[in-house]
Amino acid sequence: MKPFTYARPSEASEAVAALAADPDARFLAGGTNLLDHLKLGVVEPSQLVDVNRVTSTAIEDLPDGGLRIGAGVPNSDLAADPRVRERYPAVAAAILAGASGQLRNMASTGGNLLQRTRCVYFADPTTPCTKRDLSQGCSAREGWARYHAILGTAADGCIATHPSDLAVALVAVDAQVQVLGPDGARTIPIGELHRLPGDDPTRDTVLAHGDLITAVDLPAPTPAVRNSTYRKVRDRASYAFALVSAAVALEVRDGTVADVRIALGGVAHKPWRATVAEAALRGRPATDDEFRAAIAAELDAAEPVRSPLGGNTFKLPLVTGTVVSTLRGLAGGTA
Amino acid sequence: MSTTIPLTITVDGEPRDLDVDPRTTLLDALRDRLGVTSTKKGCDHGQCGACTVLLDGRRVLACLTLAVAKDGADVVTANGLATDGELHPVTEAFLANDAYQCGYCTPGQICSAVGAIDEARQGMPSAVTSDLTGEVTLDRTEIAERMSGNLCRCAAYVNIVSAVEEASRA
Ligand SMILES: Cc1cc2nc3c(=O)[nH]c(=O)nc-3n(C[C@H](O)[C@H](O)[C@H](O)COP(=O)(O)OP(=O)(O)OC[C@H]3O[C@@H](n4cnc5c(N)ncnc54)[C@H](O)[C@@H]3O)c2cc1C
Ligand code: SF4
Ligand code: FES
Ligand code: FES
Repeated sequence: MKPFTYARPSEASEAVAALAADPDARFLAGGTNLLDHLKLGVVEPSQLVDVNRVTSTAIEDLPDGGLRIGAGVPNSDLAADPRVRERYPAVAAAILAGASGQLRNMASTGGNLLQRTRCVYFADPTTPCTKRDLSQGCSAREGWARYHAILGTAADGCIATHPSDLAVALVAVDAQVQVLGPDGARTIPIGELHRLPGDDPTRDTVLAHGDLITAVDLPAPTPAVRNSTYRKVRDRASYAFALVSAAVALEVRDGTVADVRIALGGVAHKPWRATVAEAALRGRPATDDEFRAAIAAELDAAEPVRSPLGGNTFKLPLVTGTVVSTLRGLAGGTA
Repeated sequence: MSTTIPLTITVDGEPRDLDVDPRTTLLDALRDRLGVTSTKKGCDHGQCGACTVLLDGRRVLACLTLAVAKDGADVVTANGLATDGELHPVTEAFLANDAYQCGYCTPGQICSAVGAIDEARQGMPSAVTSDLTGEVTLDRTEIAERMSGNLCRCAAYVNIVSAVEEASRA
C-alpha cells in the first residue's frame, strides 16, 4: 500500500474543501470497499479524509411523510429501522440480501452507493481494464463475463455492472440524493446518480471530485412502494453478489396494474430502471402473460456478451423469470 | 513516508496506547503491535470473517478497519469474552458442540455469533426473516444466514449452527 495521510474533519465543508484542494485525496466512510482497493492497488490516494464525524447517522421523518437517511447510517441500521421495514420493504430486503452481518454493520449509506464494480479485472491491476485506465482495453469482453452487463453497453466498451443492492431498491422508490460539493449543496434523483459507461467508464456516477453525499431522501411511500420487495439471484444462497436482482413495487386494483416500479441489478453499469416494462404494464391486467410480455419488451435492447470463457446470455431468461415471479408474488398480495 | 499517529484503543478491557502508520489495519495493530493473536487473518479482504471482533459492541471485520479511524474505540476479541474466569456462553457452546476442527476460523466465528445473537435479540431482521416487520426467531435457517460471513475451511458448519442455537437459548 502506498503511504497516505489521514484527516478527520469535524465539518462537512472542511471535508469537501480537503478534497477540492487535493485531486488525489479520497473520502473514507466504512472503508469496506476503499480499504480493499487500497490493498489491491486499485486506488493510490495521497490522503484519506474520514467523513464519519461529518455525516449524519440519523434517519429522520420528512414533513411530506418520507424519510431522510443520513449518509453515515450503517446499512444494518437502515435495514432494521421499523419505518423502512414497514413502508419501504424493498429497501430493507435489498440491504439484507447483501454482504454479511459484519459488513453491513460497517458499511455506510453513502459508501454503499459509491462502491465500485466487482469485475475481477478491475480489481486486478495486472490485467488491462478501461475503467481503471482509459488507455487500456477491456479484459472481460474476451474473459470471465458472468457477472457483466447486458443492457446499456457500448461497442467494445466497459461491460461492468454496479454491485450495490441498496442502489437498485432506491431507484425503484425514486430516492433523492443530497450532495454537498465545492460549489454548494444540490439534489440528484438516484436514477441520475449512476451513469452508463459511454466513452468514459472511469466515472461510475455524475459526482465530481469533492462531492460529498450527505443524505438520501425517500419520498412518502406510494401504495406500490408499500407493496414492494427485492429478489436477488446468485451463485450461492448468501454472502454473494447478484447475478441478477430486481426491486419491484406493484399496486393492483380490480385485477389491473395501477402502479408498478421495476429496477434491475446485475444487468448494467447502473441500476436499471425498467421503464419500458413499466409503461407496458400500467393499466394492463396483472397476469403472467402480461408480465412476461412487458419484460420481453424491456430486454429487446439487451446485448449479452458471448465470451470464450462463458458469456452471460443466461441472464435473459434469468431476468425474465425473476421479474415475472416477483410480480406474481406481489400481485397475490394485493389483488 | 507518512508519519505515525498516536491513539488509544481499549482491547479486551485494557486501554492500549500505540503509534500507527495510517495504513495499519485494526487487524495488524492487534496481532503485530499488541500481541493479540486470537484474531486471525484469513483473506485480509473482507471475504472470510476470520478477523471478526466486537467494536463498540458490534461485530465488524478488523481487516477492513483502519486503526487510526478507531481512536478511543472499545474492541473485544474472542480472548476478552470471558468474565471472572468463566467462559462466555457462546464459547462454552462451541466447546460442547465440537463446533470446530482446526480452530483457525473459531475466534472469528465466536465473536460473530455473539454479535449475531445480540442483533436477533434487538429484533433486527435477516434475509430469511419471512415477515420483515415481525418477530425474529433464531432457528437454524436464520443462524446459517446470519453467520454466512464466517467461512470455515474445515466445514464445521453443522456443529457451528448447533452451538449458536444452544448459546442463543442460554
Ligand atoms: C466480501 C464482500 C461482500 C460484499 N457483498 C455485497 C453485496 O452482496 N451487495 C452489496 O450491495 N454490497 C456488497 N459488498 C459491498 C459493501 O456493501 C460496500 O463495500 C459498502 O457498502 C461500502 O460502504 P463503505 O461505507 O464501507 O464505503 P467506503 O469503502 O468507505 O467508500 C466507498 C467509496 O465511496 C466513497 N465515499 C464514501 N462515503 C462517501 C460520501 N458520503 N460521499 C462521497 N463519497 C463517499 C469513498 O471515497 C470510496 O470511493 C460486499 C463487500 C465485501 C467486502
Ligand atoms: S468490464 Fe469494465 S471494469 Fe471490467 S475489465 Fe472491462 S473495462 Fe474493466
Ligand atoms: S481476514 Fe478479514 S474477512 Fe478475511
Ligand atoms: S475449524 Fe478449520 S477453518 Fe473452521
